[in-house]
Amino acid sequence: MQKSKSELQTEIKKRIAVIKFWDRVFLIIGLLSTLVGLVLLFTLMADLFVNGFPRLSYKFLSSFPSRFPEEAGILSAWAGSFLVLLVTALASIPLGIAAGIYLEEYARKNWLTDIIEINIANLAGVPSIVYGLLALGLFVYFFKFGESILTGGLALALLILPMVIMATREAIRAIPNSIREASYALGATKWQTVQSHIIPYSTGGILTGVIIGLSRAIGETAPIITVGALTFIAFLPTSPFSSEFPFISFKWLFDPFTVMPIQMFNWVSRPQQEFQLNAAAAGIVLMIMTLLMNGLAIYIRYRFRRKIKW
Amino acid sequence: MKRKLARKIKEGAIETTLFLSALSSVFITISIVVVLAYESFGFFKEVSIKEFFTGTQWTPLFANPKFGILPLISGTLLTTSIALIVALPLGLTVTVYLSEYAPHRVREVIKPILELLAAVPTVVYGYFALLFLTPILQKFIPDLSGFNALSPGIIMGIMIIPYVSSVSEDAMKAVPMHIREGSYAMGATKLQTAFKVVIPSAFSGIAAAFIIGISRAIGETMVVAIAAGGMPNLTANPLEPVQTLTAYIVQVSLGDAPHGTVEYKTIFAAGITLFFMTLGFNILGFWLRKRIREVY
Repeated sequence: MQKSKSELQTEIKKRIAVIKFWDRVFLIIGLLSTLVGLVLLFTLMADLFVNGFPRLSYKFLSSFPSRFPEEAGILSAWAGSFLVLLVTALASIPLGIAAGIYLEEYARKNWLTDIIEINIANLAGVPSIVYGLLALGLFVYFFKFGESILTGGLALALLILPMVIMATREAIRAIPNSIREASYALGATKWQTVQSHIIPYSTGGILTGVIIGLSRAIGETAPIITVGALTFIAFLPTSPFSSEFPFISFKWLFDPFTVMPIQMFNWVSRPQQEFQLNAAAAGIVLMIMTLLMNGLAIYIRYRFRRKIKW
Repeated sequence: MKRKLARKIKEGAIETTLFLSALSSVFITISIVVVLAYESFGFFKEVSIKEFFTGTQWTPLFANPKFGILPLISGTLLTTSIALIVALPLGLTVTVYLSEYAPHRVREVIKPILELLAAVPTVVYGYFALLFLTPILQKFIPDLSGFNALSPGIIMGIMIIPYVSSVSEDAMKAVPMHIREGSYAMGATKLQTAFKVVIPSAFSGIAAAFIIGISRAIGETMVVAIAAGGMPNLTANPLEPVQTLTAYIVQVSLGDAPHGTVEYKTIFAAGITLFFMTLGFNILGFWLRKRIREVY
């Protein structure tokens, strides 16, 4: 039997209503799914804060670890983190930026460039603990740097190198060709162009990438454990400044060390609840450092994006 | 003339320096392979490859050591699968929402916050999985042991969402607007367009995103080292404690494994297994990602 026109119309309308209904349902599901991540982030911070905040004090920041949870602090951990990060920055930033500049400005399109590019993409996917094993075999036992700040810093430098290179390339790629052509038209050489135009204009992007890379490095635990950082250090590395000539000492590079995340890991894995509260307090400090660095990176990206208009 | 020559030499020297910096990344890869291969070679002189890949017990630190890697591989795959079960629907929904539904403003706010999920130190996630999520899960699942594969798996799944959603969003953005417009012109809703037009067109890119996510989860260390326990366990039961390849390396590194001993070499054998597992997924992901550009 043939349906009448009005029947057909109501049926179509009904179908449209159903489709539209699911469309709206999905909007809500999408919003909720997005919120899962945000809620996790919020709960995590709230949990750390509730447990760790009472332990946070000047004494916590200025004491060495101890067998007694209420006397333990993170002095050697944050000093170690700072020095390791210094080595990481000094090693990875020049190397990464140089490599990025080469790949964007100098590299010809040939098989070698292809290999380098595929290789960098691949390095970015290597698990961090594998870099730890590399550093253990290469720096600790082959170059005999020992289980030192230098080894730890270099391990993290290798880990964030692909990030620095990729950030540099992206920042350089955003510079329009007309800028390069204007420079060449005035008779500038390639390096003069890079030095006076490419580097200054890409600074914002590079800086953003470098800071995000360093914030990754500060939270990395696995490679540092693998190279043999200690979990209980009750002394500071040798001071880089000395009272005798030549006033600056590099002995600290070869000192044993611990870092913030390792200290936290050590406290988490103890059964006593008091130590776990210490872990939460160390976690707060670690999170604040990471969030500050990421916030800085977002701010720099935002500022440079507004300032530069091609 | 002289100035020209000096300039040429300077330019050449700079180019060479930059080239060597770029080439250094290749040396990193080579040294990873050489170091892992060299130390595992020493391991395989003492343990047969057959025992390594077919043995079902991994007890290198016992008096009567057994070197079957399967329990570690099964532990790794178990936590990774749980992570994927969480990340797959959630990540895909988030991506579709952000790229097809969310107004520009909302996206600009939510994306950086979501990216913070990837910035949180993994040791903090480990703390959270062990001391927050596990006790909550235990209220619903009384059989859940204090160390288990479930809780770190769930946390890892949420942790990899930013990786998954940023790559798959790129893929969905690469689908030309006129294809969407064609669908809207036929009267399709956003939902229909997203799932019947955009996702199929961006399929290889989205698949690549998830494969990169899998590789992240396989290589993730601290969450599982803290919350999954330290017992190699050949099981598919997410409620039991397991040990992953990465967690084993951490366990040995924390103890005292003198250079040159078999225990020392086992971490490189576990490392090379891990390296090739992630390498396989990375290459697959890389290949799939490249295919996006070829379609349009």
